[in-house]
Order: sequence, then structure tokens, then C-alpha cells
Amino acid sequence: MTEPRLTKKFICIECPKGCEITVTLDEGTIVEITGNSCEKGEAYVRAEITNPTRVLTSSVLAEGLEFKMIPVKTNKPISKAKLITAMREIKQLRIHDPVHCGEVIQRDFLGLGVNLIATRACKKVE
Amino acid sequence: MTERDLVIVGGGPAGMAAALCAYKNGVKDVLIIERDQRLGGILNQCIHPGFGLEYFKEILTGPEYAQKVTDEIRSIKQIEVSLRSFVVKLEPHKILTILKPGSLQQVKAKTIIMATGCREKTREMIHVPGTRPAGIFSAGLAQKLINIEGLLPGKEVVIVGSGDIGLIMARRLTLEGAKVKAVVEIQKESRGLIRNVVQCLNDFDIPLYFSHKIARIYGNKRVEKVAVIKVDDHFNPIEDSGFSIDCDTVLVSVGLIPENELIEMAGVAIDKKTNCPVSSELNTTSIKGLFVCGNSYKVYDLADSVSLDSEIAGKQAAEFLGSRL
Ligand SMILES: Cc1cc2nc3c(=O)[nH]c(=O)nc-3n(C[C@H](O)[C@H](O)[C@H](O)COP(=O)(O)OP(=O)(O)OC[C@H]3O[C@@H](n4cnc5c(N)ncnc54)[C@H](O)[C@@H]3O)c2cc1C
Ligand code: SF4
Repeated sequence: MTEPRLTKKFICIECPKGCEITVTLDEGTIVEITGNSCEKGEAYVRAEITNPTRVLTSSVLAEGLEFKMIPVKTNKPISKAKLITAMREIKQLRIHDPVHCGEVIQRDFLGLGVNLIATRACKKVE
Repeated sequence: MTERDLVIVGGGPAGMAAALCAYKNGVKDVLIIERDQRLGGILNQCIHPGFGLEYFKEILTGPEYAQKVTDEIRSIKQIEVSLRSFVVKLEPHKILTILKPGSLQQVKAKTIIMATGCREKTREMIHVPGTRPAGIFSAGLAQKLINIEGLLPGKEVVIVGSGDIGLIMARRLTLEGAKVKAVVEIQKESRGLIRNVVQCLNDFDIPLYFSHKIARIYGNKRVEKVAVIKVDDHFNPIEDSGFSIDCDTVLVSVGLIPENELIEMAGVAIDKKTNCPVSSELNTTSIKGLFVCGNSYKVYDLADSVSLDSEIAGKQAAEFLGSRL
């Protein structure tokens, strides 16, 4: 008897190599993963099937500092479904005080369990 | 006129890697000349992750990568950095003319490393007929406007060319609230990394048309729409395959060309087709002691490879100085 098997193809985005990974599902359960060149690829497709996540990067408006925009990122990936909501929140933010690279801008950003951090230092205007 | 051992033109990842490596190989008088108000080059506007995996063994955004290298540069006193300084002339005997706010200076260098990066190809280079309305940008310029200036170039966008910068900008514009209606690529496959097609287009259901080109741009003051047509294997339009897309903005992402006008002025042999220096060995030019590295030597896909190859330029410059003693 043939089993209700399903294969899905993914391109891993974890590094520039871009491996094509094939996942075989049996009634929703992963039974085989092939095509990945490293374990990051496996973790990636598992997440893609259950809850795809992405690191969000953007920039926040600074006021009275040396640069107009300060680049930021979530220190961990967030659910893909939350990207647009997160962007709406980022647009509301303003930074008034100097930051160093890696400084937390928002702790537990939107209650997602990740921090929004600055990805470059920004001083006061000299 | 002051005289320096090593002058590096350009403070992007290439110039900085070359400076650090030259210093580590014994050059103790290094001057980096950068026209911008900060070091980091194009990395400053590439706020997305995807850098550093090879060079730093961690995934970084462009600014983080720039910050790491900049911090190291700033920790070495013998490396002098001159910001807001634009090199406007290079003479064969290694004399540089530098325009600074309110002054023009000349510096004589024993050896020079050019690390001036690339500029983007423009609409003019791909011959799109139609009107010349506002709303047509190169993808990198749009990136700068959004990420550095905080300005959104348009609301309804069509991107021409599927190079990495165009793909990255498709995602960025979408996240910023613009509607990216299509990416149009004349080739049969993407010019950019496949991961960028996945995470920048597929993630947001942005259509990518292969073997299609923009036949015409319409609009008087501002872009109003573009005509798109399918092409055959020889890039000739296929009749009756055309359709149009309403949009207010067109982003052009059709590749980069090395910025090498200064060395050309100094008499370095340049390959007219690629705008790269004619070169027998990595980073070398037809003038001894004048090196070129990073994106001005050739167009690289990854900043990591730029850093690695540019370190070699630093070493080459150190060896050149050593052999002169
Ligand atoms: C938009 C974009 C997106 C990219 N995305 C990625 C990515 O996701 N991952 C990745 O690994 N790589 C990416 N790259 C590639 C990588 O960023 C580049 O290859 C790398 O930054 C090139 O470094 P460079 O130092 O040669 O040039 P640049 O970074 O361009 O630096 C050149 C510097 O020279 C200065 N300069 C030029 N002319 C003069 C002059 N006459 N006088 C004084 N200063 C001058 C410029 O101001 C600039 O600071 C991207 C590149 C671009 C353009
Ligand atoms: S599977 Fe590993 S090697 Fe392949 S793209 Fe993913 S991270 Fe890179």
C-alpha cells in the first residue's frame, strides 16, 4: 500500500550557498530531509514547516544625533507573520540618546521574546 | 606637499582591510582618504544581514561589519583617517589632489592602494525608451535614501533587474509600506543569490518575471506606468506578449561597474569593457606600486571576499615599500 507521502522543496537561506533541500512528510510528520550541506539547513526547513522566522532589520529615526537613521535588527529571528506589525512599531520609535553598536533599543520587542538592538554606534552631533 | 608611505583612497571594507594588513606587515605611516563623513563605504547602507559569515564567522548586517573593522582601524594610531576628503586627481608619480571642506591639498605617496568601490549602472546603459519623468532611481540610491536619509522614494514600484541589490530593495520597500508590483529580469534566471529570491521576493509574494524586459516607461512629471514584454532567447521582444503595470517608481538594478576614473587619469591601462584595471596578478595595475583592491579591482558578490583579497593588497604594498629601501 502506498503511503500518503508528500515532498516539499526549500531553498536554504542560512548562507550564500543556497542548498535546495527536499523534505518528505508523512501525514504532516517529517520523515526525511535531503539536500542540506550542514545542520543549519535542517533546522531551517523544520522551522519553515512549523513556524517560519526571519531576522528583521530596519532603521529608526534619530533626533539630535550625528546620523538621521540608526540601523537596527531583532537579535533573534521573529515569526514571519509578525514582520509587518513589527515594522509598524519600528516606525513609531525615536532615538534621542547616543547608542553603541549592539545596544538594546527595545527589550522584549512586542512581547516576542527578542530585543531590538542598534547595529551601529551613533553619537551626539559634535 | 606632505609625503606619506602609504595612501589608501576609499574607506570601505577594501580600504580598511588593506590598511590593517599593511600595518601588520610593517607599514607604520598609513593615510586613508574617504569622501564620506564616516568609514564603511557601501556597508553603511546595507542594513540587512548577510555579511561576515566567512570573514568573522558570524552573520552580521553591513553596519555591524563596518563597525567591527572601523573599531580596529580607530585603535591603531599609525593609521590616520581623513574623512570628508575627496580625491579629485591622481598623477602618475603618485601625487594625489584632495578636496576637503574649504581646502585643496596635495599629498605625495610612496605607494597607493585605490579602494574606491563601484558605481551602479544606470538606465542610460540599458536603453529603456520612453519619457524621462521623475521616479526612476538606481536600486542603490533608493537604498541610501531609505536607510541613510529616511526617505521613501515611491509607493508603487517596479524593479528592473534581479541583481542582489534589487532583490534586497524589493523586501526593504515592502517592509516600509510600498507595494512592489514586479521584478522584471531579461535573463532566464536571477542574477542575484537564490537565497535573496526566496527571502526578499517569495516571502512577500512579489512576482518575478524572467525573460521579460521593460519596453517603455510612461509618465510626464512622474512615472505613471511601464510596458513589459516577453523576450526570446536572443532578447528580441515576442509579439503580443506585452502588458503594462501602473507604478510611480522604477528601480534599476542592472549591475555595478568599478569606479576607476582616477587611475585612468594617471595612465593605468583599463579594460574598456569591464572598467577594471588590466592586471596580471591580483590587485596590481600597469603602474608599479599602485594597487587596486575590492570592488574597484573587480565586482565582488560578498564583502567577505573583498576583505580577504584586500588584505593581500595591504601586504603587496608593504612588500613594495620594503623593496624600495
Ligand atoms: C547595495 C549593495 C548590497 C550588497 N549586499 C551584500 C550582501 O548582502 N552581502 C555581501 O557580502 N556583500 C554585499 N554587497 C557587496 C559588498 O558590500 C561590496 O562588495 C563591498 O562593500 C565593496 O567594498 P569596497 O570597499 O570595495 O567598496 P565600497 O564599500 O563601495 O567603498 C568604497 C569607498 O571609497 C570611497 N571613495 C570612492 N571614490 C573616492 C574618492 N575619489 N575619494 C575619496 N573616497 C572615495 C567611497 O566613498 C566609499 O566609502 C553589496 C553591495 C552593494 C553595492
Ligand atoms: S544547508 Fe548549510 S550550506 Fe546549505 S545553504 Fe543552508 S546553511 Fe548553507
